[in-house]
Amino acid sequence: MARTTPSSGSIPSPAFASGPGSAASAPDPDSASAPVEYLLRLADSPLVLSHRLSEWCGHGPVLEEDLALANIALDLLGQARLLYQHAATLEGEGASEDRYAYFRGVSGYRNFTMLELPNSGVASAGATDGDYAFTIVRNALYSAWAIELWQRLSDSTDPQLAAIAAKSLKEARYHFEHAADWLVRFGDGTEESHRRAQRALDALLPYSNEWFVADAVDRDAAATGVGADCEAMREAWLARLQPVVDEATLRWPAESAFLSTGKQGLHSEHLDYLLTEMQSVARAHPEASW
Amino acid sequence: MSSRAGPAARPSGQALRGRAASERLAAIRAIVAKIPDPEIPVVTLEDLGILRDVVVEDGVPAVLLTPTYSGCPATEAISAQVRERLDAAGFGDTLVRLVLAPPWTSDWIGEDARRKLRDYGIAPPACMAANAQGSAASNARPGGEPGRAAVQTLHWHAARPRRDSDHATPDCPRCGSSEVESISRWGSTPCKALYRCLSCREPFDYFKPY
Repeated sequence: MARTTPSSGSIPSPAFASGPGSAASAPDPDSASAPVEYLLRLADSPLVLSHRLSEWCGHGPVLEEDLALANIALDLLGQARLLYQHAATLEGEGASEDRYAYFRGVSGYRNFTMLELPNSGVASAGATDGDYAFTIVRNALYSAWAIELWQRLSDSTDPQLAAIAAKSLKEARYHFEHAADWLVRFGDGTEESHRRAQRALDALLPYSNEWFVADAVDRDAAATGVGADCEAMREAWLARLQPVVDEATLRWPAESAFLSTGKQGLHSEHLDYLLTEMQSVARAHPEASW
Repeated sequence: MSSRAGPAARPSGQALRGRAASERLAAIRAIVAKIPDPEIPVVTLEDLGILRDVVVEDGVPAVLLTPTYSGCPATEAISAQVRERLDAAGFGDTLVRLVLAPPWTSDWIGEDARRKLRDYGIAPPACMAANAQGSAASNARPGGEPGRAAVQTLHWHAARPRRDSDHATPDCPRCGSSEVESISRWGSTPCKALYRCLSCREPFDYFKPY
């Protein structure tokens, strides 16, 4: 194991801090601020997926997976919080991470529709138990996408967004490894695990179309260098997933024209239930602090 | 708690300057540096690289902390503890601020802290890369390390070889053996994974390279 590590004395200075006596660095003329609408898109997806994953807490198939999902959920929640805090700073007056998370209704949320689908999966309507294959396939698809997103946003002209992205990228990579590991074990596992992994992939893949179709918000953010070109991300996303799907002996489903509209605030029936539960305490005690 | 990492306010130098200022900053640093991590109390905030700097902002001292994982629940406890210690020591006007860039990496854990972790029973993290920005290079196997595939043995379904080579495996912190296996990608905190030593059979925590 490589032991040549820098001592703590050689930690690089924070990008935005000025040491005592040093002149504050001049603002970068190319720096920009992301539009709040774009930031909310980026934040709502990890928050909603985090909530879905947290529903597994205490119900995971094995203890190690219970821990894994709780920790992935925490990372996603942390990413969402950083993005909300940034958005609140830009929006100013009255805005806060809690206002975004707890006091917006369904139509205010901008997460991708896929992430709000219940853990039981779309193919098992009425089921109350989670389908672990569904959770794993969704995590694989989303974390592979998140790697592409954060990689690109690490170069965002919004320096705070770039900082959040550089941090989130490391986490997304680890999340993908976890999901890919299990995807292969399910796909190339028993007949039943293969069947359920394939069913989840068939059901979920059409919901990824939304991720790669840019609308005005995406285009404006990309044009200013703040955001990422989401259409250009598809190829790299496929290249990351394809070998895993192959190794898992799963079949990549045929292209579908289905287009969900979560990022525009038009959601499935599932988000309402999720938000009602997630927001109930905050809404019952709106000014509470503890 | 503010985590804004926008351009720092220009130090006015009005309230704090010269030798008195640097003594004050040094005193603040000395207090914060020795605060133990709430989850792994054998190492301090300075050991872990969570204490980034102590600077002057807007004429007042500011302690700059950096979060480890975005979702680490200890981040808020750490800020609160720093606040409390500084207030108690008469440095109530000090700002406590989170900075994100460059992102925290386990490479900032110094040699001394690595030894403390090992003595405590936690295998210290392998070095990620010289690249502290954590961008493209952070997925590479560190420093020419020969490949050593640990065997995944979650027996939930068939065991399979570990798929990724990007995290060098640790040596057992107890007996030093390199024959180890991964039990779980996450342990008791977000920053640790669970391993088991195949020589002495003891399970142990591994501080993940990040």
